Amino acid sequence: MTEQEQGFLEYVQSGGQVETDDWMPDEYRARLRKFIEMHGNSELMGVLPEREWILRAPTLQRKLALTAKVQDEVGHAQLIYRVVEDLGKPREQCLDDLISGKAKFHNVFHYPTKTWGDVGVIAWLVDAAAIISQKALLKCSYAPYARIMKKICWEESFHILHGRDVILTLMNGTDDQRELVQEAVTRWWGPLMQFHGNPIPADEDPMLVWRIKSQGNDEARQQFLDGYVPQIWELGLTVPDPALRKDEETGRWHYTEPDWDELMHVVTGHGPKTEERLDLRRNARENSAWVRAVVLSDAA
Amino acid sequence: MIYEVFRQERKGQAFQHAGSIEAPDERFADWYAREQYGRRGESTALWVVPRSAVREIDDFVDELNRNYHRVDGYPLKEKLKEARERAGTAPPRDR
Repeated sequence: MTEQEQGFLEYVQSGGQVETDDWMPDEYRARLRKFIEMHGNSELMGVLPEREWILRAPTLQRKLALTAKVQDEVGHAQLIYRVVEDLGKPREQCLDDLISGKAKFHNVFHYPTKTWGDVGVIAWLVDAAAIISQKALLKCSYAPYARIMKKICWEESFHILHGRDVILTLMNGTDDQRELVQEAVTRWWGPLMQFHGNPIPADEDPMLVWRIKSQGNDEARQQFLDGYVPQIWELGLTVPDPALRKDEETGRWHYTEPDWDELMHVVTGHGPKTEERLDLRRNARENSAWVRAVVLSDAA
Repeated sequence: MIYEVFRQERKGQAFQHAGSIEAPDERFADWYAREQYGRRGESTALWVVPRSAVREIDDFVDELNRNYHRVDGYPLKEKLKEARERAGTAPPRDR
């Protein structure tokens, strides 16, 4: 590491923040860009499991709320791709890499949305897990990313409300509806436990070393369990992990080791819905190409 | 084209930078800005500015040490202490 890189590292480690035009080490820029791009891809792909339910939403109010959530998430993708663009990679190229399967997106968006119960669990628990990761980015050493995260976290908080409302309505309904929620929690538990990634020691995690993230993977998972397992239990729902319990002395949760092989398999493009959803993106991009061509030539 | 968006949260407040958007022209820029920064009633007004129109200045050299422009140019505390002692009005702990 050169003296300039060492100085930069010390600057970010002492809480310093970096702007787009500031000098930054190549490694920092590359890691930042890859991470933020994956975040953008996840926002964009994350609307697809929910989109499938817009036409099947049980009431008009739910349909509108779900549509608004989808709009929020696509808006987040736009904001995040803007940050990636300022780091040197155009949005078109991000989209190319996404639909060709070269770039990654979050594990939870590779799974099917079987029932309306899944829609509730996604908005409640998947968004809760996501907001924990995103809050840990509010102090990101790259200031433009930290700034947009404020708006994103604010909007995500509406999604959790929406999700809780869907879940509570179902739980106050019939036995069949409660069963729907329980099945969804059972289906999503594995992917949720994998969501924050495998544990990496703090001094070996480059994302922490460069202060891109301010929280380790395992810490995020503990925070998720601490915040949400009691909320799941209080509704009379169960979590499909017999080993799950909180050690009251240490305050740490014990759980069955998540299936890291499944996580790796899924995020490298082999999830149950990966191909179908990428196809949808591919087709949408091709079918709307003429609209962009007309609009852009009109604008130019 | 990239546009920088500034938003005012409440009437009377200063506009603050909200973020940037990419749009093919001003008409689209206005609509994207509305959707990104105004659809939840979080802004009373927006300024949408082409990024190329924003000029940044970040070098504030002060070769002449013109400290009379700054708070640290006025060491009143020490001088007041001296003046009070001269007048015999210094508070007991200073005597």
